[in-house]
Amino acid sequence: MNPLLALLPPLAAIPFILFFGERHKNLRELSIFIAGFVLLAINISIYQDYLEHQNVTSGSLNIFQGLTLELYAEPIGILFALLASFLWVVTTLYSIGYMRGHHERYQTRFYICFAVAIASVMAAAYAGNLLTLFIAYEAITLSTYPLVTHEGTEQAKRAGRIYLGLLMGGSIALLLPAIIAIWWLTGTLDFVAGGIIPADLMNPMWMTVLLALIVFGTGKAALMPFHSWLPNAMVAPTPVSALLHAVAVVKTGVFLILKVIVYIFGFNTLQQTGAASSLVTVAAITILLSSMIAMTKDNLKARLAYSTISQLAYIVLAALLANSVAVKGAGLHIITHAFGKITLFFCAGAIMVALHKKMISEFDGIGKQMPYTMAAFFIAALSIIGLPPLAGVWSKLAISEGAMVANEIWVVGVLMLSSLLNIAYLLPIPIRAFFAKSSEPNQATEIREAPLTCLMAIAITMLGCLVFFFWPGPVLGLLALVR
Amino acid sequence: MLSAHLPAFIIVLPLMAGPLCVISRHSFISWLIALLINIVVVFMSVAIFFQVSDEGVIRYALGGWAAPTGIEYYIDTLNATLLVLITIISLCTLVYSLPAVDREVAKHRHYLFYTGWMLCLTGLLGIVITGDAFNVFVFLEISSLSMYMLIALGSERRQALMASFRYLMMGSIGASFILIGIGFLYAATGTLNMIGLAESIPNVSDSRTVLVAFSFITLGLLIKAAVFPVYSWLPNAYQYAPTAVTAFLAGTVTKVSLYIFLRFFFQMFGSDYSFGKLLLGEVLLPLSVIGFFVMSLVAVFQTDIRRILAYSSIAQVGYIMAAMSMATHEGVAAAVVHIINHAFVKAALFVAVGCILYRLGNAQVTSMGNLIRLMPWTTSAFIVAGLSLIGVPLTAGFVSKWNLVNAAIDIGWWSIVAMVLISSLLAIVYIGKVIEAFYFQSASEEVSNGNRAIKDPPLMMLIPLWTLIIISVYIGINGSVVVDIANVAAQQLLNGFGVSLETVNTVVTGSSK
Repeated sequence: MNPLLALLPPLAAIPFILFFGERHKNLRELSIFIAGFVLLAINISIYQDYLEHQNVTSGSLNIFQGLTLELYAEPIGILFALLASFLWVVTTLYSIGYMRGHHERYQTRFYICFAVAIASVMAAAYAGNLLTLFIAYEAITLSTYPLVTHEGTEQAKRAGRIYLGLLMGGSIALLLPAIIAIWWLTGTLDFVAGGIIPADLMNPMWMTVLLALIVFGTGKAALMPFHSWLPNAMVAPTPVSALLHAVAVVKTGVFLILKVIVYIFGFNTLQQTGAASSLVTVAAITILLSSMIAMTKDNLKARLAYSTISQLAYIVLAALLANSVAVKGAGLHIITHAFGKITLFFCAGAIMVALHKKMISEFDGIGKQMPYTMAAFFIAALSIIGLPPLAGVWSKLAISEGAMVANEIWVVGVLMLSSLLNIAYLLPIPIRAFFAKSSEPNQATEIREAPLTCLMAIAITMLGCLVFFFWPGPVLGLLALVR
Repeated sequence: MLSAHLPAFIIVLPLMAGPLCVISRHSFISWLIALLINIVVVFMSVAIFFQVSDEGVIRYALGGWAAPTGIEYYIDTLNATLLVLITIISLCTLVYSLPAVDREVAKHRHYLFYTGWMLCLTGLLGIVITGDAFNVFVFLEISSLSMYMLIALGSERRQALMASFRYLMMGSIGASFILIGIGFLYAATGTLNMIGLAESIPNVSDSRTVLVAFSFITLGLLIKAAVFPVYSWLPNAYQYAPTAVTAFLAGTVTKVSLYIFLRFFFQMFGSDYSFGKLLLGEVLLPLSVIGFFVMSLVAVFQTDIRRILAYSSIAQVGYIMAAMSMATHEGVAAAVVHIINHAFVKAALFVAVGCILYRLGNAQVTSMGNLIRLMPWTTSAFIVAGLSLIGVPLTAGFVSKWNLVNAAIDIGWWSIVAMVLISSLLAIVYIGKVIEAFYFQSASEEVSNGNRAIKDPPLMMLIPLWTLIIISVYIGINGSVVVDIANVAAQQLLNGFGVSLETVNTVVTGSSK
């Protein structure tokens, strides 16, 4: 099946969303569901096609002088597309409850931008060369910008400016020159198994510079010091924070880095020159530092945002280790972190809708009012920390293994320390909710859960954390095909 | 054969249309005359373009008088392309002008407006088509004088007159410099034909006369092209002229001056002489880099969209100049690419602003609130063209910037690469400011309390707008169209004329009889 088809369902939904508008809300959201399921089906069939003959490609469109636009399915991309399209359906389910419960305005615009963003994510996932990926990357930035500024308040507009400035600015000032340099050096931007940059092409120092331009220029990967857009972007409605700023947008960033390391530089080149080793340190620092900042945040969404920064750095770190075991860990972590973090964000939004509470310090005793939500929160938090029997354990294990293969034993120490920090900033929240006595004297003890659709979404993603622990086979099988 | 005389007709027809408009003295009829002539001229330019691409360079002796005596038209890929560009932009903005002019210019002056327009078109086409250096000056004056008049017709009369006067002053200085330069060249070589000049200049290249001529022409062209720091006529002219004129002006006038630049310095003087010996690049590069950087920065702080775009135009001229000052094949090709792309993009942007002005009555960024809902087609066109100005992939601007950056990397000018990219970030800021206002600013007082409904303008305005947008997006997706043309043009420019003046005679006698 042509990967180009994966762009169609979200785009085709837009006229329907517009047509039904605010007047026929149910029909509007039904059309999104249909688009979501069709998209999921298309992605699954691309997956099956790939398993069969491993050559799933769209035609290519030549822009000029050999610069082409092309879509091409490969294992990491298929995984990413499946993940994003599955979670799109779940998030839509969640949005219905959240957006209505929260009485958000401009819901039609919200859903349209969301659909465009998903289409762009599909283009990024199946990008056949670096230029296509770059274009999709920019399209994602542009289409999610209205979602960040959705509320239209001063704070939201400021966040939007930072968002656009860091993501677009970074990509044009750092990433684009790197892409042009690669083009100029090698004459191609295609993703090729084993990479297109031979080890003796240039001085290892320059190679580090080139890699640094890419790693830092990809603002969506939120490596410090280019991370500040992410906490700011939390002013967006929770479904946006959940799907886009915990999964689709940020994962596009790490996905880009992963693809560049696997298919542009290639493991051999990086292993021989050691060009990535200094950047591994940056990623390690980001992991620890952002975990520490997360502990100081009282606003739940801000804390989760810093947690995301730290978890993204895991993936970047794994990619920079440049061996197939670590990259398998990176691919796995994209999946496991997605399910864990989206659940946490869903819970944060549910608390906001049901109890109008944003600050962790106000959470005393809410476990009695929202037992299901907080239980899900607890399980997802355990998955992020990486305890069995939850999915997070596999990816952390694989990354540690990759670090040992790369002979960077200290990285294992960093990962363990980070797990402890994860415990320190995530577990107090459910503990407070279940065991602390409420500070409000006459707080009602009857159950006040979020709308049903929100709970359903939370349940699905939480179950995902469990399922991937017991059944990681297909994901591992797909990642084993990465060459 | 009629087709052999197309180069003459393409000039004569709009020239005749001018007086016809005056005679008609009726606003609609004069517009209709202008429109019909313009449509014909578009077809002619396309025909010439294909003639050139099929049969190579056209040399046409006007009136059958062979070159040293008479005036010769010299058409290669570069100016054939520019002929098409100018006529298409003129057509689009002319269609748009009917409703716009109706609102902006007093009824009894409409016929003057279209007269001026046709004369200006004549001038621009003439500059591009001619192979005679003095003829360039003549057509430059025709276009400039009619442009002064068109600018003076702007709706804010006082400011428009001042803007026109300022342009008149600067423009006349520029034109006189060019004239003096050409005069000196004539004194030194005894010919005004570009091919003849290209042949004779090497013999006298060390004489002081030629050096003086060179510097006068350089300065004159810099003024005409609004290169930093001699750009001061441009912002006011763009802001206060009738919007149709601004769009036409922004798309063509500075581009034509840049064309003369290419033709004179690369082909007539030869790039070895201008850039190798006289180090023109050393002068132009700092000016152009400061130009695109500072002017982008100034654009960030403007509040009127027309001024934002005007300063952005000066910045874009800076990019083109920077590309030229590389004096390599890639550099010249990048300059040509950007001349073409920016012409369409800027014309589209000014037409979009004109549409907003048509409904809103002003173009302040602060009054743009909520327009995305009220005028979706206009604002989305503005956004698409704005993205092109930034250089987002899949837009024409990306093709330009890619070529420019690639050309700079090729000769190792990494600092220029960095400056180009940083100034693109400034473009994000000044275009982002407008887009943010479209989306998120709440509707301004005038919009919410206004008497007239704010909605998309009539189709007469939207169709030309979207035509320009579609052209620029098409270039963005299929950039090879423009890049291939630019490569051929750069090749031709850098190889010199490749013929001698003497061969003109045989060619002319062959074709004119």
